[in-house]
Amino acid sequence: QKKNISLRLTMEIVYVYTKKRSEFGRQCNFSDKPAELHVDILPDPSLTDNFIDRDPCDVAIQCTQEMSEHEVNTERFDCEPCGINHVEGGWPKDVNSQEMEQTIRYRKKVEKDENYVNTLMQLGSHMEHCIRQNNTIDIYQEYFEEEEIVEEMEGQPSAKTVNVFRDPNEVKRTATSLSWHPDGSCKLAVAYSSMEFQKVTKDMSYDSYIWDLENTNKPEMTLKPVSPLVCLEYNPKDSHILIGGSYNGQIAYWDTRKGSQPVEMSAVEHSHRDPVYKVIWLQSKTGTDSFSASTDGQVLWWDIRKMSEPTERLVLDPSKKGNLDNALGAFSLEFETTMPTKFMVGTEQGVVVSCNRKAKTPAEKIVCTYSGHYGPIYALQRNPFFPKNFLTVADWTARIWSEDIRDSSIMWTKYHMAYLSDGCWSPARPSVFFTVKMDGTLDIWDFLFKQNDPTLSLKVCDEALYSLRVQDNGRFLGCGSQLGTATLLEISSGLCTLQKNEKALATAMFERETKREKILEACHREMRLKERSRSEQSKEDEAKDGEAEESAEELVACAEREFYEVVEAEMKKRGKDDKKEKEKYEGKDGCKEKES
Amino acid sequence: MAEVEETLKRIQAHKGVIGTIVVNAEGIPIRTTLDSSTTVQYAGLLHQLTMKARSTVRDIDPQNDLTFLRIRSKKHEIMVAPDKEYLLIVIQNPSE
Repeated sequence: QKKNISLRLTMEIVYVYTKKRSEFGRQCNFSDKPAELHVDILPDPSLTDNFIDRDPCDVAIQCTQEMSEHEVNTERFDCEPCGINHVEGGWPKDVNSQEMEQTIRYRKKVEKDENYVNTLMQLGSHMEHCIRQNNTIDIYQEYFEEEEIVEEMEGQPSAKTVNVFRDPNEVKRTATSLSWHPDGSCKLAVAYSSMEFQKVTKDMSYDSYIWDLENTNKPEMTLKPVSPLVCLEYNPKDSHILIGGSYNGQIAYWDTRKGSQPVEMSAVEHSHRDPVYKVIWLQSKTGTDSFSASTDGQVLWWDIRKMSEPTERLVLDPSKKGNLDNALGAFSLEFETTMPTKFMVGTEQGVVVSCNRKAKTPAEKIVCTYSGHYGPIYALQRNPFFPKNFLTVADWTARIWSEDIRDSSIMWTKYHMAYLSDGCWSPARPSVFFTVKMDGTLDIWDFLFKQNDPTLSLKVCDEALYSLRVQDNGRFLGCGSQLGTATLLEISSGLCTLQKNEKALATAMFERETKREKILEACHREMRLKERSRSEQSKEDEAKDGEAEESAEELVACAEREFYEVVEAEMKKRGKDDKKEKEKYEGKDGCKEKES
Repeated sequence: MAEVEETLKRIQAHKGVIGTIVVNAEGIPIRTTLDSSTTVQYAGLLHQLTMKARSTVRDIDPQNDLTFLRIRSKKHEIMVAPDKEYLLIVIQNPSE
């Protein structure tokens, strides 16, 4: 006999499976059994000897209510401040406030009231007293403004986060560049783009924002480029104009009075062919010149009034032939307004190229190169107090260079565990600079205080930090992270006020290190010359002997001979010294024997 | 009537005075030397503030009463002379 078992689910899905009754197995047969005693343990008084009575007994009792802690974070509430328009009210029912006649009539009626006249006379005299008081003396006058308050160093240098500006879009992009508003610290422009190759999704926004430092909920203004912006700069002469370099190589400029769309963009055919990593405004009469650098190996100069093509072009070919295939990709630019004819470019290959803009031929434009880094140079800046020295941030170190020494930097930090991504000098103190790393930390270095480690190291966020910008007063700095979070930090006054003798000490330090490097360079040169002359000499000897094939063996034999000679000379010298020592002691012993 | 005119004119003529407004108990501006939208704004806002200030003073000590209210801001000083029925508002740029 078959038994059908069907399962019926709520959604009327029926599954039927069958099993033969004989396959179910036998049913259980229960039977009664009398109780059985298995174990009987009787008390054993002798076991009490193993135990001692405890007196007194300590018992902890807790009688409070059990409570649990629970955290709740409400959802972000979007507020927007807006003004209210006031409308006149309070008019009595019979007067229509819109009608001029009625209102005038009402007012005239009030003015004729006796109470009005008396009240106003009294109030008027009171008011006049106060007005005269104001005009006579300024009760809020600052008496001790001229006296400079001598500030003591308040111990530990510190930095605190003032505000955090998060990317309002769902899909977060990296904050690749920050630019402060030229007139004081009220606005910050942040460029957002995704630097990861081909990770751009369809819904990733291209917008960059200008944030008002007081309002972290909503950016003050949105800039809508055609392609995400990699770098963004305010025009220091005109705070309404911003220029941005985008991911597709185009340059665009905005006027904040004219809205979110760029006023003009450079023509695609004449722009860069790779993302524009840095764009800087130049010092010019018109205030409209700028130049940009990109990893396609070109540095282009632009006049924003005519963006259809660049005004000048330089190919970073170290062989000075203008060959684009040979060119070094540019990652950072440096320009100091006090030296308008010179500028420097930091390249992908780890080389800093110093250029002269006023050179007549393109070959002469590239003056010299400084090598020493192993990776792309993410930041390059001259020291604002000592323009001959500049800072480079690349691979795992930050290095300080002197213009005169080409082969090596004069000072450098240790090799860090994380890649350094950006850095800059403090505009307030010549010996302070800042760096940010891919592990999300910000380091503040004061090399007059400590050279091995940063003076202050802060973990700003968990993700990598990509960009850093100090405000002109040296007190505020903004860092941009991989998830588009721009953090605004304020550093303690000790790190942004010029210390006594700081300039002199920093000058001395730079000079000392430069001298050391010069001496090392001279030593190296001498050694190289010696090597060369020695190898030339040995070649001449071999030519005389006529045994060119065995020159290698000869050299080895020669080296061995020289080595043993040196060792023997050392041993002899030591032997002589030992003998002298022995004689000294024997002499002493001799004296002692004489005495005793 | 004429004395009122004279008083108000004298007040307006003082050094630094930007504007004068007379407001009644309902907040209706009776006399003003400023333009109408500004007047309406000042009248409405200062009326409420004066009421609040007065009630504060009287809450602390019922026998006390508000005699004068001065608001000093970065740009100028707003002075309010209150009364049961009327309010005299003067905006002055103090001597700096």
